[in-house]
Amino acid sequence: MSTEPPFLQVENLAKRYPGAAEPVFDGVNFGIAKGEFVCIIGHSGCGKTTILNVLAGLEQASVGHVFMDKREVAGPSLERGVVFQGHALMPWLTVRRNIAFAVRSKWPDWTAVQVDAQVEKYVTLVGLGAAIDKKPAQLSGGMKQRVGIARAFAIEPKMLLLDEPFGALDALTRGTIQDELLRICAETHQTVFMITHDVDEAILLADTILLMSNGPQARVAEIVRNPLPRARARATLHHEPLFYAVRNHLVDFLVSRSKTLSHGQAPTHPPEVRPGVDSEPEPVPPATHTRAALHRVA
Amino acid sequence: MTATPGLRWRAALLSVLLFALLVGVWQLATGGAAPAAAKPMTAEEIEYAKLLGKDPSAGGDGAKSGFPTPAQFGRGALEHLGKPFYDNGPNDKGIGLQLGYSLGRVGLGFLLAALVAVPLGFLIGMSPLVYRALDPFIQVLKPISPLAWMPLALYTIKDSSISGIFVIFICSVWPMLLNTAFGVAGVRREWLNVAKTLEVRPLRKAFEVILPAAAPTILTGMRISMGIAWLVIVAAEMLVGGTGIGYFVWNEWNNLSLTNVLFAILVIGLVGMTLDAAFGRLQKAVTYVD
Repeated sequence: MSTEPPFLQVENLAKRYPGAAEPVFDGVNFGIAKGEFVCIIGHSGCGKTTILNVLAGLEQASVGHVFMDKREVAGPSLERGVVFQGHALMPWLTVRRNIAFAVRSKWPDWTAVQVDAQVEKYVTLVGLGAAIDKKPAQLSGGMKQRVGIARAFAIEPKMLLLDEPFGALDALTRGTIQDELLRICAETHQTVFMITHDVDEAILLADTILLMSNGPQARVAEIVRNPLPRARARATLHHEPLFYAVRNHLVDFLVSRSKTLSHGQAPTHPPEVRPGVDSEPEPVPPATHTRAALHRVA
Repeated sequence: MTATPGLRWRAALLSVLLFALLVGVWQLATGGAAPAAAKPMTAEEIEYAKLLGKDPSAGGDGAKSGFPTPAQFGRGALEHLGKPFYDNGPNDKGIGLQLGYSLGRVGLGFLLAALVAVPLGFLIGMSPLVYRALDPFIQVLKPISPLAWMPLALYTIKDSSISGIFVIFICSVWPMLLNTAFGVAGVRREWLNVAKTLEVRPLRKAFEVILPAAAPTILTGMRISMGIAWLVIVAAEMLVGGTGIGYFVWNEWNNLSLTNVLFAILVIGLVGMTLDAAFGRLQKAVTYVD
């Protein structure tokens, strides 16, 4: 790792809602390199969506800073595209005009022809060419989410933020769209930050997986570097020799360790882990050690 | 699918039957009185009638000042429809002309109300502060009968026609204002977030996100307003007089021409229905399926 700060740098982020005794999360530190695909996993209520909203500029953190490209994130920006949990398409506009709305926001002085070319390029990219002039209500859930993804890509942002984009989809649809997302990200070298609840999805898509402990006072407890080769495919993923090592590590964290690391027991500067590669099979000892130490302090 | 047209036909048939029944009852109730009135008059009665300004020799019309029969009504209606736009001075204008005056007042008052209510409703819907500040005024002003404003309007404006327009304005402003505010306040957060992340300018956000999102609710308010305005214009014109369909009804009542009163009532109903249907169309055009 070089000494230069990463493309996106999150420093000591915390969010406390007025009246609450403990912050939802605090001491959140991590970085994202350019072109990296990062997934964040954690139980509901640990503040994942809030972190994403802070990165998007839609919400303000109580403490801490976010820097992108060495500049502080102070509000919403066209440099960060967001795919929302609900597709958030405007139901009175067709697919074409929904995406054109975004394209015209980014390039206000483009001609109608230029806008349309850009729209069609990205609609084709997500495989919806045939449905371009339909209204969202005429599309299935998977197609709507594809439009949401196309809209975010169409403004060619420096970074893409996805808030559990496949949560509402059935397993089959989810699989195909995951493949598409993987392909598009590989083609465009997009930097991505994505929230998910699905361990397999994280292993398939992410280069780095951030594990969050439970709230309140949640933290990014561990940074898991995915040891699987970058050219991953859904069909062969479970045959990869290290797949189960990674999967077990993630599931173990979510099932047992995320609870015990709640209430600020997790380290503020999370250790990096490579399950199956690092000699240490289970990084439980350092975590419990930290917790014991904190207990002693308290 | 086959049941739907069948149902429609049966409903239409029932409507026609009901209409025939209504006309039949009307005929029986009014036609029965006619022979009694046609009884020959004595010389004294003729003299007395002439003294009252009614000439019995001029025909049966003067004797039958009562409720018209369907046939009489039909003849009167045809006469009106034959020349709707004649103008024989202040108390004798065609029904089309009178309707024109009323529709003009309603249109102008409604338009002014929309020009005030929609932007103000936007403001109220977007700003909780403005909403709270204006709420007491709206709550007090809303339930006031628009006709109660009439004396105040006549005194300050000093023109009966403009006062009528003012009354239409004041009665149509509230439903539009409240519905616009409600619609704007209810725009889904995620659409606003989309606009935010795309750095959309406020004016563009208002016209391209909030307005289309709130349009169905705004149109509902406009439809209610138009309904109320059409109810109120008749009463307002009865009060201020001069021109308009409301004045026509009152004038014909003073003339004791129930045929004309009946015809005017029917026309008021038909125009009201047409206005409502037009707004229904408009509402349908801006409604979106979510």
